[in-house]
Amino acid sequence: MFPEYDVIVVGAGHAGCEAAHAAAKMGAKVLLCTMNMNTIAQMSCNPAMGGVAKGQIVREIDALGGKSGIISDKSMIQFRMLNRSKGPAMWSPRSQNDRMRFAEEWRLALEETPNVDFWQEMVSGLTVKDKRVIGVRTGIGIEIKSKTVVLTNGTFLNGIIHIGEKQFGGGRTGEAAAKGITEQLVGLGFEAGRMKTGTPPRVDGRSLDYTKMEIQHGDENPEKFSYSDDTEPLKEQKPCWITYTNKDVHEALETGFDRSPMFNGRIQGLGPRYCPSIEDKINRFAERERHQIFVEPEGWNTVEIYVNGFSTSLPEDVQYKAIRKITGFENAKMFRPGYAIEYDFFPPTQLKLSLETQLVENLFFAGQINGTTGYEEAASQGLIAGINAARRVKEESPFLLKRSDAYIGVLIDDLINKGTEEPYRMFTSRAEFRLLLRQDNADLRLTQLGHQIGLADDKRLEKMLDKKNDTARLINDLKQKRLSPETINEGLEEFDTATVKEKITVEKLLKRPQLGLEKIMELDHDLKDYLSKFNKESREQAEIQIKYESYILKEQQMVEKLNNMEDFKIPLTFDYLKIPALSAEGKQKLNKIRPETLGQASRISGVSPADLSILTVYLGR
Amino acid sequence: MSFSIHEKQDTIIALATPQGVGAIAVIRLSGNNAISLTNEVFKGKDLEKQDSHTIHFGTIRDGDKIIDEVLVSLFIAPKSFTKENVVEISTHGSSYIVNQVIKLFIRKGARPAKPGEFTQRAFLNGQFDLAQAEAVADLIHSDSEASHQAALNQMRGGFSGEISKLRAELIHFASMIELELDFTEEDVEFASRDDLRVLVEKLMRVIEQLIGSFDLGNVIKNGVPTVIAGKPNAGKSTLLNALLNEEKAIVSDIAGTTRDFIEDEINIGGVIFRFIDTAGLRETTDTIEAIGVSRTQEKMKTASLILYLFDLGDTDMIEISRDINKLENLGVPFLKVANKIDKADLGFVDELKSKHPDTIFISAGNKENLEDLRNRILELVNLDKFRTGNTIVTNIRHYDSLVKTRQSLLDVLEGLDNEITNDFLAMDIRRSLHYLGEITGDITTDDLLANIFSKFCIGK
Repeated sequence: MFPEYDVIVVGAGHAGCEAAHAAAKMGAKVLLCTMNMNTIAQMSCNPAMGGVAKGQIVREIDALGGKSGIISDKSMIQFRMLNRSKGPAMWSPRSQNDRMRFAEEWRLALEETPNVDFWQEMVSGLTVKDKRVIGVRTGIGIEIKSKTVVLTNGTFLNGIIHIGEKQFGGGRTGEAAAKGITEQLVGLGFEAGRMKTGTPPRVDGRSLDYTKMEIQHGDENPEKFSYSDDTEPLKEQKPCWITYTNKDVHEALETGFDRSPMFNGRIQGLGPRYCPSIEDKINRFAERERHQIFVEPEGWNTVEIYVNGFSTSLPEDVQYKAIRKITGFENAKMFRPGYAIEYDFFPPTQLKLSLETQLVENLFFAGQINGTTGYEEAASQGLIAGINAARRVKEESPFLLKRSDAYIGVLIDDLINKGTEEPYRMFTSRAEFRLLLRQDNADLRLTQLGHQIGLADDKRLEKMLDKKNDTARLINDLKQKRLSPETINEGLEEFDTATVKEKITVEKLLKRPQLGLEKIMELDHDLKDYLSKFNKESREQAEIQIKYESYILKEQQMVEKLNNMEDFKIPLTFDYLKIPALSAEGKQKLNKIRPETLGQASRISGVSPADLSILTVYLGR
Repeated sequence: MSFSIHEKQDTIIALATPQGVGAIAVIRLSGNNAISLTNEVFKGKDLEKQDSHTIHFGTIRDGDKIIDEVLVSLFIAPKSFTKENVVEISTHGSSYIVNQVIKLFIRKGARPAKPGEFTQRAFLNGQFDLAQAEAVADLIHSDSEASHQAALNQMRGGFSGEISKLRAELIHFASMIELELDFTEEDVEFASRDDLRVLVEKLMRVIEQLIGSFDLGNVIKNGVPTVIAGKPNAGKSTLLNALLNEEKAIVSDIAGTTRDFIEDEINIGGVIFRFIDTAGLRETTDTIEAIGVSRTQEKMKTASLILYLFDLGDTDMIEISRDINKLENLGVPFLKVANKIDKADLGFVDELKSKHPDTIFISAGNKENLEDLRNRILELVNLDKFRTGNTIVTNIRHYDSLVKTRQSLLDVLEGLDNEITNDFLAMDIRRSLHYLGEITGDITTDDLLANIFSKFCIGK
């Protein structure tokens, strides 16, 4: 019934979809297994993509030739560039999305991708031979052969949903949990753990009083995620609203604390500190009189509203009572209650940087199974796992991104070397080279790489190269172009910055905090004519590279230092236990994580500087 | 922790001979810029035009100031121990001079070598084969154990407490900034830039103090540099010997028999004093002139205490007043010590007592009144900065990290002045944290996030 596949992807969430698409695009024969074909690419939690650090990841996925950016663009109902008032490294694209259209667009994209087959059924186990995966086994007992398998099970592995004192098995509301895989993997020697996450209630938008809330519009000139010309920025947008909890809400919630699975110990999995449930917030931060609530529409053609900031697993009657005390929610009708979900994950220190497991060859993990949270984090892992599964089939070397290449590199490096105790979410502060990993240059950083591996198409590459060349030309010209005091001094005064006595280069003016290229353009007609020959992206890129040159340079120097260590490869077969001089802890950690470079070894907690010196000496060059 | 183990572009520096006093000390530099860096501070031949395996005489200068006369040996890559450019500088064997030279090179861009780093570079550049590697690994291991022990000892001295406090404040500061960057959408209050400035300035003061204490720290570690200044045959060596309980120095009655820079350490009341006998004075018969001789003056300036010693039978009042005047201008604390009281003219003694009531009268030869001298020395030192109980930095690597922390904090202040956004400020703050982390151990971004989550209600 089935041929032998190159790649079987288990699960069709954000990670699974990216993995299937990438592998197929690179020529692999792919089977995407999902328990329900109607729930491909669900936004199980909030109907939004991007945000601080996450928006950069979406841009990176897009730059490599992944799909999340395009799908987000096609399904968005609102776009905002967050952090515009800060430096360019902080600018973060974020969209509100139509949840149903998002899923539909993904499904269409996968259906349009040659080489992707679908199979709707639960995968209950893997077929493993000599520590190598050779296929999967389904719930009704079908064995499907494959050279590689990518597991993206999300919250489905032994998922348990909690609402107050009620608890039942499930991977998502209304969907069954997946059983069998965890037990089999543990039997193979994997270490498994338990995590917890939650989601807020959904309410009927027709029952809310928006006049009592603050309205939050999208950007006046919205941008988009994808670097490609396949999508357009939004012409019309839908707003969101902001409201707040109050003392009455908190009191109502507290009446249910004795029945909360969070507080009575029924939930044992560790939840994220940065995405706490509302009961957690009022419990831990009792002094706060109110908490912010974002009221987010779930799409263009639905009245369903996502109550962002009100994640809870309290009993549904308590949820209902409390939610109606929120300003503007006095008459709210609930569509479904919030809940908490516990699920299995596998500490990601058991993986290689390619996301292949150390224990079982040709088996890859991506997404929440690795202890992460977030659509973007999942999608980027799916992309890397899919790429590397396809490359494995072709017997090509793994595709790895460094910490200095991309947020995706930071994410995977953190997971593999540090593991995670709570659901891992990306923050810009996790990236030591934040100033280099900007949303405006993900194409310049990654598209060439994406093209080399056969994922990003020629059009993308050409567009990126044009931008690169234009930027270089602009930088060169702006460094030489000099403006005279007569033409610009009046304008400079207007912009509240010092006038000049002699001719000054555009470069020097750009370095002034009060001035940007848009302003300087207005000072001189010739300059404006010249600049209008270039597109906005190239102008912005040139401006950023000139304005922040010294900072960027400082970081690049740090990267060079780091790369000295990153270039120092350690053979995977290296026997740490045979080196008596290594510290006991260092020996154990190195043996477990098996770093691929000396740089990676240096980031493993418990590995001392002395250990590194010894390794250096043992390994030589 | 993102330290680099073989930052190959760096030029590293370290004392190659054992720590402590010897006749000479050898400081070794290795790296691409080893020769050009040395050339910048070396007065003598142009080192960049010299052949490999040659030795050159000259002086090491900090600006106009001569630190020492030295011999410089050149080894041009790859014909050296590390296969990089290597310079070995032979200085006089004073830990003071060694530290001055190393500090000078650090200012010029060299980096203190980590334990075993020369050996490591030698290995990485193919000087050793793998068969030798195990032996070398053991060597490096023992090196770092020793340095670890040394660091631990320092930690017990309260250094760790001070730095930890600082680091905690800085982490808080950094997490406030990160909070604003990563959680811009959240309903939380952010630190005002004015508050940030106050905090950074406060940190700067502490760091400056710690940096300033490096010299002091060295004083305590290596002894209070003390100079006995006086005319030839005033009894300097005799006094030194008397204080040393006649253990070490060789004395004769012939003026000028003390060789250059004899150093000895004497423990007085728990404080180590490192005596430098200023033999430079022997070249002239006039003390006043001698003090005017720049070399002697430099020597005395670097001292923390001067014992001005004169022979009661061989010095007149005018001479004494002129010397004292010169010494006062020098700005170094000093004691007036009148020697050979046993042979003195009592009238002259009385006159001296009325003019300079704080004069101490001794007989070094008879060991008379030395207890008084010891007490007065201690008193002077106690009045000074030495026993304030403040945190003191003695480790040159810590010093290096503090200097870099200071630079990063200065960048932060400059950024605040230029009204740059917090993402750029954060970069300089992180660098500061990184350098402080080199002293206290690991610092990761997880610390920042942990701090944020413990203090602020975050998340939708």
